[in-house]
Amino acid sequence: MNLWRKLACVILAVVLCASFAANWLAPAGYARQYREATNAGPSRTHWLGTDEIGRDRFARVLYGTRISLLLAPAAALLSTLMAALIGGLAGYLGGVWARMAMAVTDLFLSLPWLFLLITARALMPLNVSPLISVLVTFLLLGLLGWTTAARVLCTTAGSLRSADFVRQARAAGIPGQRLFWIHVMPNLKPVLYAQFWISIPVFILSEANLGILGLGVAEPMPSWGSLLKELEGLVSLGDEPWKFVPLILLVLVVISFQLLLSRHDEVAA
Amino acid sequence: MSGRHKMRGQMSKTCWKSIAVGVICVASLSAHVAAQAGGELKFCLRMEPKTFDPLKVEDEASAAIRYLTGGVLVRVNRQTQELEPELAQSWNISKDGRQITFRLRSGISFSDGTPFAAEDVAYTVQQLMDPALHSATGDAFRSGTGNVESKVISPTQISITFPAPVAGLDRLFDQVAILSERSPKKETAVLGPFIVADYKPGATVLLKRNPNYWKTDGQGRKLPYLDSIRLDIQPNRDVEMLRFKRGELDLINSLDSEYFDKLAATSPQLVHDAGPSLDSEQLWFNEVAKAPIPRYKKNWFRSANFRRAISEAINREDLSRIVFHGHAQPALGPFSPANKFWFNSNLQPQTYSPDAALKALQTDGFRLENGVLKDKDRNEVVFSIVTNAGSKPRERMAVLIQDDLQKIGIHVNVVTLDFPSLIERMTQSFDYEAIILGLTNVDLDPNGEMNVWLSSSENHQWNPQQKVPETSWEAEIDRLMRAQAASTDPRRRKEAFDRVQEIVAEEQPFIFLINKNALSAVSTAVHGAAPVILSPQTFWNADRLTVAAK
Amino acid sequence: MRARIAGHALALVATVFLGGLFSATLVRLAPGFDVDEQQLDPHLNAESVQALRAARRQEHNIFQFYFSYMNRAAHGDLGTSLALGQPVRTLLRDRAPLTLRLLAVGLGLGWVAALTLALTAAWLRLSAYDLLTTLVSGTFLCIPAAVLALLSVLWNVPGSLAIALIVFPRIYRYARNLLAKSYSLPHIITARAKGLGEARILFWHVLPGVAPQLLAVAGVSVSMAVGAVIPVEALCGLAGVGQLAWQAALARDLPLLVNITILVTLVTLLANSGADVIGHMVRAQES
Repeated sequence: MNLWRKLACVILAVVLCASFAANWLAPAGYARQYREATNAGPSRTHWLGTDEIGRDRFARVLYGTRISLLLAPAAALLSTLMAALIGGLAGYLGGVWARMAMAVTDLFLSLPWLFLLITARALMPLNVSPLISVLVTFLLLGLLGWTTAARVLCTTAGSLRSADFVRQARAAGIPGQRLFWIHVMPNLKPVLYAQFWISIPVFILSEANLGILGLGVAEPMPSWGSLLKELEGLVSLGDEPWKFVPLILLVLVVISFQLLLSRHDEVAA
Repeated sequence: MSGRHKMRGQMSKTCWKSIAVGVICVASLSAHVAAQAGGELKFCLRMEPKTFDPLKVEDEASAAIRYLTGGVLVRVNRQTQELEPELAQSWNISKDGRQITFRLRSGISFSDGTPFAAEDVAYTVQQLMDPALHSATGDAFRSGTGNVESKVISPTQISITFPAPVAGLDRLFDQVAILSERSPKKETAVLGPFIVADYKPGATVLLKRNPNYWKTDGQGRKLPYLDSIRLDIQPNRDVEMLRFKRGELDLINSLDSEYFDKLAATSPQLVHDAGPSLDSEQLWFNEVAKAPIPRYKKNWFRSANFRRAISEAINREDLSRIVFHGHAQPALGPFSPANKFWFNSNLQPQTYSPDAALKALQTDGFRLENGVLKDKDRNEVVFSIVTNAGSKPRERMAVLIQDDLQKIGIHVNVVTLDFPSLIERMTQSFDYEAIILGLTNVDLDPNGEMNVWLSSSENHQWNPQQKVPETSWEAEIDRLMRAQAASTDPRRRKEAFDRVQEIVAEEQPFIFLINKNALSAVSTAVHGAAPVILSPQTFWNADRLTVAAK
Repeated sequence: MRARIAGHALALVATVFLGGLFSATLVRLAPGFDVDEQQLDPHLNAESVQALRAARRQEHNIFQFYFSYMNRAAHGDLGTSLALGQPVRTLLRDRAPLTLRLLAVGLGLGWVAALTLALTAAWLRLSAYDLLTTLVSGTFLCIPAAVLALLSVLWNVPGSLAIALIVFPRIYRYARNLLAKSYSLPHIITARAKGLGEARILFWHVLPGVAPQLLAVAGVSVSMAVGAVIPVEALCGLAGVGQLAWQAALARDLPLLVNITILVTLVTLLANSGADVIGHMVRAQES
C-alpha cells in the first residue's frame, strides 16, 4: 500500500503543479479562440485538440483543474465538518436532540433546493466575476451537501453513546465535551472519509449542472464539471477519445484522494 | 382587390413551379404507394403537448398535433408559401377587409361521422373569439374592439365579419382547425387526416388514420396513406439522435447543425438542408427607462450609435461558420430572405469591422485606454449578456460575441439562466443589460409580429409598454405597422413594412445575428418527404407520406 | 409504548406538513414564479398577457394557497397541474408505479453490487483488490448521471441499471469503510487470530456491529436513488414521477411541486425511520 500512497501523492502533486504551471504549459490561455481550427483533433500545437469554438482543450483542462481541484475538496471538507457536527452531536446527545436533528435532516433530503439556488442566483448581480460565482456555488454545495452523512453519523454516534468504553470514560468523570472529541469523533472517521471522498466528484459535477441556473463558472472560464458535461454529446464522441481526458484525470485524482484517506483510516483504526 | 384575386395573382408567379414540384412528387410517390401503403411514422415531440384543444394551442407540440389532426378552411402550402383551398373551395374578402366569405365543400364528415357544415365554422369562430379563451390563434384576428359576427348563408356558405379590417385575413385561417358544433365528441371529432387514438402523458401520443378524411390522391385513393403516427415525447436531442440512428425514429425536425454534419459524414442521404428558415437569433439591450441598471449604462444602450457599433463589431460570418457549421446566414432584419414576399431585398448586410465600430464609439466620447473601453465619464464599458441555459448554439454565440467585443475593449459577462428566471427579468423586473434570444416566426405575414413592433405592446422587448413612443423612430414604426395592418392592398402593406425593416436596420433595437437554416433528417424508409423551411418542416405533407416496412 | 408510537407518527405528519410548506415557499420566492413562457407569443394581445399573469396571482399568498391545498387534500383533491392541466392525483397515480419499480430495482442492484464488492474487499484485505474496487466505484462516481443515463439509452439497457450505477459507488464507499473499520476492531482481530471461520466472523461479529449503520446508509440511499431518478427518467424518456418533477420545476408548477415534495418527504421519512427502527431492534437484540 505504501507504494500506492506514494503514487497517489505524486499524481496529486503533478496535477496540482501542472495546473499552477498552466501559464507556462499552455501559454495560449483558456479563452483564446482559434477560430480557424475549431473542433480539431490532437496536434503538436493543441495536444488535446480544440473545442467547438476553437479553444485549446489542454489549456482548458489545466485551468479547470485549478478551480475544481481547490474548491471541490474545500466544499467537501465543509460539508463533512457540518455532517460531523450535526450528525455526530445529535447522535451523541440522543433523545429529543437526535429526533429533531434527524427530522431536519430528512427535510433537507426532501426539499427542492433547486429553487433556493435559483433565488441565490437572482440575489447576485449579473456582472459578478466568474470567480465569485464559482466560489458562491461551491459554498452553497458545501452548505447543502451534509445530509446523507449526517444521518449515518447520527446512528454511529448513537451506538457509541452506549458503548462500554464511552460509559467507562463517563464514569471516570471525563467531561461531555472532551468525551465527544476524544472518544466519539475518531470513531466516526469511516463515515466522514466516505462523505469527503464522495463529495469531491459529486460537487465537481454539480457545479457544472448549476450552470443552467447561471451559477458555477461563467464563460470563458473552464472547470472540470463543464469539461465533463461535454461527454453528454455521446453520439458524436465515438471517434474522439481525447474528450475523455478530463474524466480520466478526475478518476485519477479521486482515487488518489481515496488512497491517501485509506492510510489515515488504518491509522485511526 | 379581393382575397380571391390576391390569391390568383400570387399563384401565377409560382404556378409553374408548384405544378412541376407536384408532378415530381406525385410521380415518385405513386410508385411507392402502389407497392406500399400504410405503415407507422415515428418521430419525437420535444415537449409535452399542453392541450389537444385546437383553439387553445400555444406550444410547438400542440401545434404539431393540430396540424396533423385539424381540418382547416384554407392551408398555406408549406412548400410554395401560397394559400390553397381545403375545406373551403373558394373565398372572398370584402373591399374594406372586414368580411370574409367562404364557399365550403359538401359531403364531408368529421372523424366520428358527424356531417360538416357552415354552422360548424360559425361555432368554431364563436368559440375562438370568446374573450375569456385568451387564445393566441384568436388574438391574431383581434384588430379592433367589438364582436365578430358569423352569418350562415347556406350549409355551404358562410361570411364572417370583423369589427375592423384584418390584414392577411385569409391566411390566418390556416391556424383555425374547425370544430364540430353537434358532435358529442366535441374537439376530439376532427376533419384532418389523423385522429388522436391514445395519449400516454410523458411518453407518447398515438395518432391513427381518420377513416372519414375527405381527401384522395390523384388516382382516387383515400388519404392519408399512413396507418398511424407515433409521437414520442423526448426533450433530449442526444437521445433523439441516438434513436434515429438506431432506426427507431423516422424524422428529426429542426436538427442541430452539429448532428447534421455528423450524420451527413456517414449517411448524406438522410439529411436535408432546406436553406435559411424564418427564425432569427438576435441580441438586444435593455432600453427600459425604469430598469434597475446604472444610468450611464442606460445612456449607452439608448444610443443608436452604440448599438450600431456593437452590431458592427460582431463577426456574423464566424457565428454562422463556427456555431452553426455554416448552416446559417447572417441576418439582415426581422424577416429572413426565406420570406419571399415580405423580405426587403434592399437591406444591406451588416459589415464586420471592429475598427469602424471603435471609430463610431469615439464619436460618442468613448475612449480605448490600455485595452479597456471607457465612456466619456470614464466608466469602463462592461455589461452582461443573458441567454437561456440549455441552448448550446446561443451559449456559443454569446462566447464568440464576448471575444469579438473584447477586441474593442468591451468586457462582456455571459450569464445563462433557466427560462422562467430569464422571462421574469425580461418582462417584469427588467433587471438585465443585454439578452440573446431567438424569434420563431410561424407567420409569413408581418401582422404576426405586430406585438413585437408596437411600442405600447408587452412584447416590444427592448422597451415594452410605452405609454407614448419614447423615440421618433418608434413612433414612425408604430405608424407604419398600423398603416399596413389597416390596408388590404398588398403593395402598400409591403411598402410600409419595407420601411419598418429599414428603420430597424438603422436603429438596431434588435441586433439581428443570424437566420438558422432549416435542417432535418428523414429516414430512407419514408417516401414522399420533401422537407421545407416552414413549420412543420418534414411532415407538412403527412397525409401523403408512406413508410416502408423495415 | 403506544404514546411513543403516537409521538413518532405526529412528528412524521408534522415533518411532511412542513416539507410541503417549505417547498411551496421556496418555489414561490424563486424568480420566474409569476411568468409563463406563453406570454412571449407575439400573437397574444395585452389582455391575454394580463390574463396569463393574473392566473398565477391566486397563488401569491403562500399560506393561503397551502391552507386551501391542505383543505382540499383532506377531501382527496390534490389540485390540478398548472403546466399539464391534469389532476395531480391522476398524474401521480399513473406515474408512481414506474418510478417505484425503477427505484426498487435500481437500489436492489446497487446494493447487491456494493455489498458484494465491499464484503469481498473486507474479507480478502488485498490492497490490489481494494484498489480495483476503488477504481471501479470511483469511475462511476465521476461520470455525470446524465451520461450514465444516455449510455443506458445507447446500449438499450433498462434505466434501473443507470440508477444502480449512480447509487452503487456511494453505497459501496460507506459500506466498505464501515466494514473495514469493523474488521479492524480488537475483538474481531482476536477472533481471527483464534482461527474462527470467516463466515462465522462475518455473520456473528462483523455484521451485527455495523448493521445499524448499514441500515442508516440503506435509509439515505433511498434519497440518493430519488435524486438519480430525475435525470434517468428525463433522458430515457420514462414517464415517471422524476420526469414529472423536472417538468414541474421548469414550469414552476406549484400544485405539482408541492405534492411531489410531500411524496418525496414521506418516502424519505419512511425509509429513514424504518432504518432507525430496525437498527434499534438490532441493537436491542445485541445488547
